[in-house]
Amino acid sequence: MTITTIFEQLINGITLGGMYALIALGYTLVYGILLMINFAHSELFMCGAYVGLGTLSVLTNETFISEIVAKAPFFAFLIPASAFFTSGTVGLISLFLIVFLVSMTVIGFMGVIIERFAYRPLRHAPRLAPLISAVGVSIFLQNAVLLWIDSKQIPFPNPMGISVAFTFLGVSVSTLKVFIVATAIILMVLLDLYIGRSRMGKAMRATSQDREAAGLMGIDINLAIMLAFFIGPALGAVAGVFYGMYYGSIVFNMGFIPGMKAFTAAVIGGIGNLRGAMLGGFVLGIVESLAAGFLSSGYKDVIAFGVLILVLVFRPGGLLGESVVEKV
Amino acid sequence: MGGKMGITTKVSSGKMSPLKMALYALLALALLLSPILFEGFGMLFMTRIMALVGLYVMLALGLNIVVGYAGLLDLGYIAFYAIGAYSGVIIGEIAIKFLPPVLQPWTYFLMIPVAGAFAALAGITLGTPVLRLRGDYLAIVTLGFGEIVRIILLNDAFGVTNGAAGLPRAGEFIPNPAGLDWLISKFYFTIPGLGPNGFNFMFSNNLYWYYIIVLLCCLTIFVVNRLNQSRLGRSWVAMREDEVAASSMGISIMGAKLWAFSLGAVWGGIAGLTFANFQQFVSPESFTFMESVFVVCTVVIGGMGSIPGAIVGALLIQGTPELIRGFASSGIIPGLSGEQVTAISNYRNLVFGLLMVLMMIWRPQGIIPSKRRAAELTATDEIADEENQTLYDMQHDDSHYE
Repeated sequence: MTITTIFEQLINGITLGGMYALIALGYTLVYGILLMINFAHSELFMCGAYVGLGTLSVLTNETFISEIVAKAPFFAFLIPASAFFTSGTVGLISLFLIVFLVSMTVIGFMGVIIERFAYRPLRHAPRLAPLISAVGVSIFLQNAVLLWIDSKQIPFPNPMGISVAFTFLGVSVSTLKVFIVATAIILMVLLDLYIGRSRMGKAMRATSQDREAAGLMGIDINLAIMLAFFIGPALGAVAGVFYGMYYGSIVFNMGFIPGMKAFTAAVIGGIGNLRGAMLGGFVLGIVESLAAGFLSSGYKDVIAFGVLILVLVFRPGGLLGESVVEKV
Repeated sequence: MGGKMGITTKVSSGKMSPLKMALYALLALALLLSPILFEGFGMLFMTRIMALVGLYVMLALGLNIVVGYAGLLDLGYIAFYAIGAYSGVIIGEIAIKFLPPVLQPWTYFLMIPVAGAFAALAGITLGTPVLRLRGDYLAIVTLGFGEIVRIILLNDAFGVTNGAAGLPRAGEFIPNPAGLDWLISKFYFTIPGLGPNGFNFMFSNNLYWYYIIVLLCCLTIFVVNRLNQSRLGRSWVAMREDEVAASSMGISIMGAKLWAFSLGAVWGGIAGLTFANFQQFVSPESFTFMESVFVVCTVVIGGMGSIPGAIVGALLIQGTPELIRGFASSGIIPGLSGEQVTAISNYRNLVFGLLMVLMMIWRPQGIIPSKRRAAELTATDEIADEENQTLYDMQHDDSHYE
């Protein structure tokens, strides 16, 4: 490989890593508090992409808008709105803000609802029960999208187009990639500040250390858990929208592989450790991209799974995690 | 209920009531004869469905050892099914070249131990490093293993699996097993007056495999049942309930887990080989993660650790959608279009996902729970007492220690 290809793969890896890190945060937040793997998280990521695409279509897709307006003239304001969103930097930024906010809110509430109905009744059940329940939720969501939305791949528009942010070492880096990495980092810093500094963040940390003791100290444990189930999927939704823009299409079963990889990232960083998940995401993204350059790309999923098995076997605590002692 | 009816059929088998025996005999007769009737009346798809359900029973019973008895959630069980299928077919193809012609039709039967051994070997290879992990980590690692196996098969890693096109390659074929051609040539008869189109029986490929699968299922049930009552089976239960307590009672945790993992894999491997021979074809798309989930579903919905539960689960999960499809395509349910049938089989997955959640919340012990599981999950003292009484009786009754 030449320096150029290595650099190119590095950029791809960092971009992918940003998305993995965003998803991984969802796994790690939930695991930190409830000690359960939210298997349905990858499906929430997928739903996030669908909600994002829906919002994007309502705001910018002309044929879609004209169909809506033909049925309900009340929505005629969408036509000038789409003209605003598709022209100029201000329009583009507000478009992204709206798409992300809608997708994050919808998916965040989905996460909370899933917790309420599928996981909360099992909080005191044997450990495998919530995991099986989560697998059930995951299958349900996947098939719900398959049956009620579409079973085929849907193209996902990229409002940024093919604009190039900068060229370095002969590699042109697209604006989308810069945008993905920047947004991921901003969101992570915000999350880190929120969990580390705010009152509610403190409550969440206390809950993850000792749920009962935190309850005795007057912390609303259910609220802390619900918040983890809101923030995690909301970040996953952002990653879902990015994923759609990056690869140009979405499909109902797209969540499985990135979900597994993000879980691997969370494990690499030490599951339950927020900064670990961020680091793990970038590490995995870069390793995968570089390895895909060396090996055939057919094996790039094997690499992630292989890394997962190796890390779990040799360093189950992860890179930044402490070794977890099994409590009796 | 009397104290002696309980955990083991072994204890109760000597005291089986005549009614129960008659019921079992009737069931066995129905299992043996009903496919002949189906074939005769032209409902050929029924035999096929029954054979497929039988394969699922085998898979569910094998996974039951791992999930139900030992309490290890394996989300990549289908990998062993794949390994059994591929190793059996590939080695069978090689073996045929060296076998004398008389033995060639016996390849399938000769490959049974081979497929089982390969699956067990894979189970041990995977299990040795990963079985130390906690339950949910283990689930994820096995899932990863399942996907790795599928991707390796898909990418034709060793140059023998033929990638996505599957095996056997174009121009090659899996030979008919011993006796099939003879049975087909000898067993056919017609009873003209019976039924609307007469009763036309011809011995078919499906029928042959159905009987093989029924035999294998009986063998599986026998072995699994014996395992459950063995020293190993009881150490699995002890380990599942409390690893620390079990290991301080002198149970080797790693040993017990490895046994569970590899014995479970053996049945997966044999089922896989049978599947490949029955279908006359094997390709990576039969071994997706969803298939693993279906087997887990079968075990969970039927009742973890319960043999009748696994059978009922297989009937429900594999049988129902196939039956609907079969009836619809043969015109027995009129007015059902192909699209509707596809929709029904798609809704199957949706319903299963929901069922898994609801089962965990409302009936975690499954449809037909094993007595032990029911006792620990409902935790009413009555059942626990009865259980203890049974154990006490077993321990103080020497008649079953031959």
